[in-house]
Parts: sequence; structure tokens; C-alpha cells
Amino acid sequence: MSVIRTSILSLAAVLQIAGATSALAASSEADFKAAFAAAEAANKEAGALRNQWTVTAAALADAKKAAEKGDFDLATAQSKEAEALAKASIYQATSEKQAWKALEIR
Amino acid sequence: MNVRSAIHVASAAVFSATLALAALALTATPPATAADTIDPAADARAFQKYFTTKFPKLKLEDFVNGPYSMDEGMHRQWEEKEQFPPYEFSLDMGKELFAKPFKNGKSFADCFPNGGIGIRQNYPYFDEKEGKVVTLELALNRCREANGEAPFSYVKDEMAALTAYMAFTSRGKPFDIKIPNDPRALAAYQNGKQYFYTRRGQLNFSCATCHVQSPGERIRAEVLAPALGLLNAMPIYRSEWSGMGTISRRFTTCNSQIRGVPLEPQADEYRDLEYYLSYVSNGLPISGPGARP
Repeated sequence: MSVIRTSILSLAAVLQIAGATSALAASSEADFKAAFAAAEAANKEAGALRNQWTVTAAALADAKKAAEKGDFDLATAQSKEAEALAKASIYQATSEKQAWKALEIR
Repeated sequence: MNVRSAIHVASAAVFSATLALAALALTATPPATAADTIDPAADARAFQKYFTTKFPKLKLEDFVNGPYSMDEGMHRQWEEKEQFPPYEFSLDMGKELFAKPFKNGKSFADCFPNGGIGIRQNYPYFDEKEGKVVTLELALNRCREANGEAPFSYVKDEMAALTAYMAFTSRGKPFDIKIPNDPRALAAYQNGKQYFYTRRGQLNFSCATCHVQSPGERIRAEVLAPALGLLNAMPIYRSEWSGMGTISRRFTTCNSQIRGVPLEPQADEYRDLEYYLSYVSNGLPISGPGARP
């Protein structure tokens, strides 16, 4: 099970770095809109690679809900998290184009 | 000869003036990995050898019983379950649905060879006209649509019942999946193999992570089934689902469980995956419908 553990840990590290870069200053509606558009674009790219993650969709939905309540700090943070998740799924899909071969039974 | 070697040879033939140079190009070809070479028969041999080596006490045909073949206590539970199998209602429903005529008077039997009886082991197959893999679930819905009926949901209920009945009529018959001499069929097989080994979802799991690297081990309370013989038992009644599920249901829920967005049922990737997984279990008997924890 060490392979599984290593994989989860490396993904967790990517997500932590993404979380650490969240904006500290108060966010405006414009900040949210820009962050949300970037997240949606990245998730669309993951979709084209047939590798979207459920957690990305959940983060996007949470961002939208927060924006509807006028909480643009949370909405922007959730959008940035969604973008980081989408980018991780793109990285996964791209690297797996070759990496899958290492797992094959021969 | 693999594709990469063929390209090197072709290049050598065009650009070299001498046979000696062509020979040099041949020897200079980098060794290809097994994944680059499409050899389904060799894959199936290696696949079956991997599992029989990993579980030396199991007979080849026992792998179709999934987790019940991995643990003595669970095997006893399964034998008891089979006295009053939980898929029995679905099986009865499937038999009835299969025989019930469509509004135009035709029935499922008109769409399949041998009236649809005892043919489960031949699905999926590669349709050379369409250039794609056709699964049993897809063929059943195509049959309905061709006869003016609405398609069933691919994941449970009627579709699970119909495939349960068809599997039951094939019980004991060995999987006999053919890969015709058609580059598109080989490509579909290879795509299925790639899907099987590709990590996806936030948990970064491939199908192989659970069903090749960890069969017999527990993931939370469940014992993971080996990939060998996995589809022979389909469709299955799962206690976790409190109901029946098809191959489409199994594939889509596996994707969700690893936090990946599932593809639509019967997407090309899933059809190819079913083609690959069924082929490497060739020779193992159909045991469906099955029951799983």
C-alpha cells in the first residue's frame, strides 16, 4: 500500500502549496470573477483530457454559493482551490500518458 | 515487430543506400517496452500467470468468485448465500423482460445470435462495420431503439435484470473474446489497457491499484477482488448498493470512489476497458449473475 500512500501524499503537497498562496487581502467581486473564470477554464481543460475530479466540481459549486451570499473572500479562496485541483488533474492526465506503462503486468 | 521498429526499418529503407546500413538501423532500434507492443495473447498469458502466481492455492476458475475466492470464511458465506441468492428476483425479472415482445411484436431474441441464449461469453465484440467495441449492454439498448422502444438506464434495474438472465444462460461457458486482425480492434484493446492502468481521480488510483496490486487486501471493510475474472460475474448484487448493478455501474462508481468524475456509461473508454478486461480473462467461465458484499 506504500504506492498509494506516496501518491496521496504528493497530491496533498500540491494542494497545500495551492492553499498557502490564497489571497490574504479582502477580495472583491471582480477578484472572485477572475478566479472563478480561471478555475472553470482549467477544469474545462481537464474535461478535454477526460480527467475531471469530483472535488473540483464541489469547490466550484462552493465558490458560487459563497459569491451568491456576498462572501467574496471565501468565494475567491474556493475558486483558487478549484483551480489548483483542476491543474493537478491536468498534470495527472498528462503525466499518466506515459506513466501508466510502469504498472503494466509483463 | 512493433510500430517503432517498423518506422525505423522504413526510414532505413528510404535513406540508406546499402543493406548494411539498413541492418545497422535495425540493431540500433531502442528496445520497446511491453506497453508499446500490442500483443493481446502475450498480455493474457502474463495477466493470468501474475494472478495464479500471487494466489497459488486458487484454481484458475475460482478467480471468477472475486473476494469470495480470497478468504475461507468469506467463501463459506458465499456458499450459504448461493442457497437463496440475492440476485434471484432480478434474474426472474430479466427472464420475463427478455421474452416480452416489443410493441412491434419482435423481441430481444430477434436481435441476437442463437436467440440471445448462451452468448454472454462472446461479449463485448469488435464491430468491424462500426469500427468500435460493442458491449452486451449497448447491444441490448440498440435492440430496443431499433424496435421503437426507449433505451433502459445502463446502470441498474432492467438492464441489470436482462444481463443477469443472459449471463445465467451462459454460466460455465468460458469467456471467448475475439480480437480480429484489424488495427482498429487492436487500438481499442490498447486503449482499454491504457485506461485500466492509468491513475485518475484525486486519490490517484488506477483500476490496477486495487485489482492488480492489492487483491485480497482490505480497503476499509471490503476485500478487493482480483482483476482476473472480475467481469465474468457481472452483473452483481452488491449489499453495499442494496441492489443489482451492471458493468457500467461498476466502472462509473469506481471512478467516483477515487474522486474522479465518471464518464458517461458506454463511453468509448469504458467499452474499450471492458474489451481489454474481458479478453485477459478468456478461458475463465461466466459465473454471473454474482453477489458481492
